[in-house]
Amino acid sequence: MHNEHSDTHFQSRIDNGEHIEAKDYMPEGYRKHLIRQMSQHAHSEVIGMQPEGNWITRAPSLRAKQILLAKIQDEGGHGLYLYSAVETLGVSRAELIEQLQTGKAKYSSIFNYPALNWADIGAIGWLVDGAAIVNQVSLQRTSYGPYSRAMVRICKEESFHQRQGYEIMTTMMRGTKDQQAMAQDAMNRWWWPSLMMFGPHDSDSPRSGDAVKWKIKRETNDELRQKFIDKTIPQAELIGLTIPDKNFKLDEKTGHYTLSPINWEEFHRVVSGHGPCNKQRLDHHIKYHQEGAWVREAAEAYKLKTAKKELVTA
Amino acid sequence: MATDTQLDLWEVFIQSKSGLPYIHSGSVHASDVKMAMQNARDIYTRRGEGTSIWVVPAKHISASNPDDNDMLFDPSNDKIYRHPTFYVMPEGAKNI
Ligand SMILES: [Fe+2]
Ligand SMILES: [Fe+2]
Repeated sequence: MHNEHSDTHFQSRIDNGEHIEAKDYMPEGYRKHLIRQMSQHAHSEVIGMQPEGNWITRAPSLRAKQILLAKIQDEGGHGLYLYSAVETLGVSRAELIEQLQTGKAKYSSIFNYPALNWADIGAIGWLVDGAAIVNQVSLQRTSYGPYSRAMVRICKEESFHQRQGYEIMTTMMRGTKDQQAMAQDAMNRWWWPSLMMFGPHDSDSPRSGDAVKWKIKRETNDELRQKFIDKTIPQAELIGLTIPDKNFKLDEKTGHYTLSPINWEEFHRVVSGHGPCNKQRLDHHIKYHQEGAWVREAAEAYKLKTAKKELVTA
Repeated sequence: MATDTQLDLWEVFIQSKSGLPYIHSGSVHASDVKMAMQNARDIYTRRGEGTSIWVVPAKHISASNPDDNDMLFDPSNDKIYRHPTFYVMPEGAKNI
């Protein structure tokens, strides 16, 4: 129910730096924004398992396979932390999954690109997880308690994700000419999509005003993107990778890198369903969700059976 | 999709070290206590975060309403004599 007094009180709690908990009063817009953002985040963790899962059976060593398995398992865990945090807002897991599978809810468009070879696994860990970490570190201070706590837990786990990716890239850059070329090729393909992960420019992102006012977002898309760029370019240069942008340069005065304009047409095309793998990702999710239904049904049947038995013996 | 069950909601509490309090970690879906325990282990303790786990059906948890905080916690606010700093000790008193 809309209530002006409560909304003012709510905003003053936010301004005081308080966290909002599930049962607290919150304006409908705040709840809606959180459900959209958090569910998108959860779906991204889960869909993000697919491009990497593609390489588990082809990892070049047992060590690499164990690491990749552990990383992907973490991503599944991140999805579950986030789903359980969204559920505190009064939406069910079944609704969230339906929204994903019908395309009503989005996930990060980066996962609609394919992982073509082993160097992509390096680039994904280093760049994609690297970009996600910048965003998630900032979200640790988000105003919604369950979201903030999930982010703290996720950030602790993420640091190995980025390091394993950078390790792969480093190893390849120290390898043969062909390996170096593979690493550079992966860099060329993942660089721009990683920058797009932060979303449209602040000037083009209509909902970000409320999100900042409510402290759901603590930094804007452009601020976060700049942090990522400034951190990542020196890492690339250190191992001999070239930034796929002829115009990038360090602004000595500000200490920040400037780049060519981002191709937002590509971003919008991929978000709206026309990336290389959109259909494949959703089809895969739907298939395994449906094929797993018998497990959930069996678990329910077992629960009913054991409950009856307890009733008899009690 | 309407008939698809998502099982029951359980809240998970983890004790990080013996003797420390159990802290809420999040929740899991499970059909019974055994599955809840296994899911909680897999989801919330992949890096040795815990030495002990509690799982509680979410429907059995009741929470106070923060809007009632003034009323609810009022009885503790005006009893400053519950704090040791309320008392004046004689000059030179030690170890008290
Ligand atoms: Fe993650
Ligand atoms: Fe990750």
